[in-house]
Amino acid sequence: MIRFDHVSKRYPGGKEALTNVNFELDQSEMVFLTGHSGAGKSTLMKLIIMMERPSQGQVFVQGVNLNRLGRRHIPDIRRNVGVVFQNHQLLFDRSVFDNVALPLTISGYQPREIGRRVRAALSKVGLADKEKHYPVTLSGGEQQRVGIARAVVNKPPLLLADEPTGNLDPGLSEEIMNLFQQFNQVGVAVMIASHDLVLVKAMGHRQIILSGGRLET
Amino acid sequence: MSQDKGKAASKADTRGSIGAKSGGTKTAGASTHSLQGVDYLRSYFANHRLVAKQTIQNLVRSFVTSTMTWMVIGVALGLPAMLFILLDNLEGLGGDWQGKPGISVYLQADVSEREGRLLAKTLGSEPEFIAARYISAAQALEEFKQHSGFDEVLNSLPGNPLPAVIDIEPDDVSTIELKMSVQRLEEKAAVESVSIDLAWIERLIALVTLGERFVLALAIFLGLGVLLSIGNTIRLAIENRRAEIEIIKLVGATDRFVRRPFLYLGFWYGVGGALFAWLMVQGSLLFLSAPIEDLIYSYRGEFTVKGMGLEDSALLFLTGAGLGIVGAGLAVGRHLHEIEPT
Repeated sequence: MIRFDHVSKRYPGGKEALTNVNFELDQSEMVFLTGHSGAGKSTLMKLIIMMERPSQGQVFVQGVNLNRLGRRHIPDIRRNVGVVFQNHQLLFDRSVFDNVALPLTISGYQPREIGRRVRAALSKVGLADKEKHYPVTLSGGEQQRVGIARAVVNKPPLLLADEPTGNLDPGLSEEIMNLFQQFNQVGVAVMIASHDLVLVKAMGHRQIILSGGRLET
Repeated sequence: MSQDKGKAASKADTRGSIGAKSGGTKTAGASTHSLQGVDYLRSYFANHRLVAKQTIQNLVRSFVTSTMTWMVIGVALGLPAMLFILLDNLEGLGGDWQGKPGISVYLQADVSEREGRLLAKTLGSEPEFIAARYISAAQALEEFKQHSGFDEVLNSLPGNPLPAVIDIEPDDVSTIELKMSVQRLEEKAAVESVSIDLAWIERLIALVTLGERFVLALAIFLGLGVLLSIGNTIRLAIENRRAEIEIIKLVGATDRFVRRPFLYLGFWYGVGGALFAWLMVQGSLLFLSAPIEDLIYSYRGEFTVKGMGLEDSALLFLTGAGLGIVGAGLAVGRHLHEIEPT
C-alpha cells in the first residue's frame, strides 16, 4: 500500500526532517507512527499525500511512484487517501453535512448519492444527528469525528491520521482509536501518527518509530 | 454502511485508475472521478450550474459591496458604449441629410430667363434628377435680401450681382454619382459654375471616423481598467478564501474545480457591470434625446435619437462577461498556484 525506499527530506534552509527512511505498509494493515514531536512524523505523512516531495529516494502509494507524478495528478492521489488532521481542517462556514460531502462534491457525485454516503459516514462516527450543525457548535471530539467521516466518506483504501487524539481526553482518544480499528477491520490500511505511547501500546499494532528523522529498529 | 463490498469495489477502482495515471494517460481525468461518460458530463454541468448559482447568490447577499464593484465596471463599460451610440446617431444624421444635398447650377449672366427655364425643364426630366427649379436673378436677390438682412447694402448696389440659379434635387445621392453629375453640368455652355453642399457631409464623416478612433482608444483603456479591477477583486476573494482553498486541495480538488467559482465570480461581475452600463446608457440617452431632437429640428427636420438596439446590448453584455472571465482568469492564474496546503 505504501513503500518508502531510501527516502530523505531536507527542507530549504538545511533542516533534514527525514533521513534514509525505508518501510512498507501492507494492504489492510494498521500501523502506528510514533516518536517525539519534530521526529518527522508529519513530514512522512505529507510525503504520502504529496504535500511535500522527497529530496532523495522514492515513495510508492498503491504501487505508483509519486516521484513520477506531476502536479496535475496530485488530486488523484489525494482522492485515494483519506486524511485526518490534528487541527481537523474543517470549513467553519459550512455545515457538518457539507464538510463531510466535500470529497464527494469535488469528485462530482450526484446529490442523492452524496446524501446517502454522507449519512452513512456520519452514522458510522456517531454523528448522525449533527449533520445540520456547524463545526463551531461541536466539541473537539465531535469535530475530530467529522474529520474522520470526511476522510472515509469516499471509501479510500488508505487512511492517514496525524495525531488524531492530540487534544482529546483519554476516554475520547480510545473511542477515536477504536473507530480507526473498525475501519481497518473492513480492509482499510491505516497509519496513525501519535505520541500517546500508552494508548498505542494498548492497541497492539505494529509501530514505526521515528527518532530525529531516522527509523528506529 | 456496507463497508465490505464498498471497500473491495473502491479498491479495485482506485488501483486501476492510479495505475493508468502512472502510465501517463492524459485523458485519465474522467476515470479518477469514479464516474464515467454521461454521468461524468452530467455531474460536470450540474457543478457548473451549482457554482454559477452559488456565486451570484453570494454576490447578492453582500449587495452593497457587489453593487459598488458593479458600478465601477458599469461606468468603465458605459462611457465608451455611450460615446459609440452617440457617434452612431451622428452618422445616422449624416445619412439622413445626405438624401437632400441640393445641386446649385449658376447660369451665365447672358442666359435669358426663357432659356434658363427651358434648361431647368430639360434637367428636371432627366432620370438622374428628381426635380429642377429655376430661380431668376431677381428672385435670388429677393430671397437673399429676406434671409441675410443686407437690404440696404444690396439696394445701394447699381445692379443685381447675383446670377440666375437652377436648384436640382438629385436622385442618386452617392458621392460619386453626384460628382459625375456636377462634371456633366459644368460642361454645359449656359452654366457658369456648379456647387453641391457635399463638403460638410465629408467633413462630418471624417469627424465621425476620428471620433470612432478616439472612442475605440478610450474603450481599450477603460476595458483594461475593467480587467484590472475585476482581477483585483478576484485576488481579494481568493485571499479571503485561502483556508477553504487549502482544505479542498487537501481532499483532492483539481485546479479546475478550485478555479471554477472564481471564474464565475468574474463572469457575474462583468455581467452585472454590463447591466449597470446598459441602464446608464439608456437612461442618459432618454435624458438627452429631447434636447438633441429639438436641436436637430431647429436646423433641418425630423430626427429620433436611437438607443441601444438588441445587437449593441448583446455586444455590451458579451464584452462585460468576457472581460470578467479574462480578468478573473488572470488573477486566478497568478495567485492560485501560490496557495498550497502546508
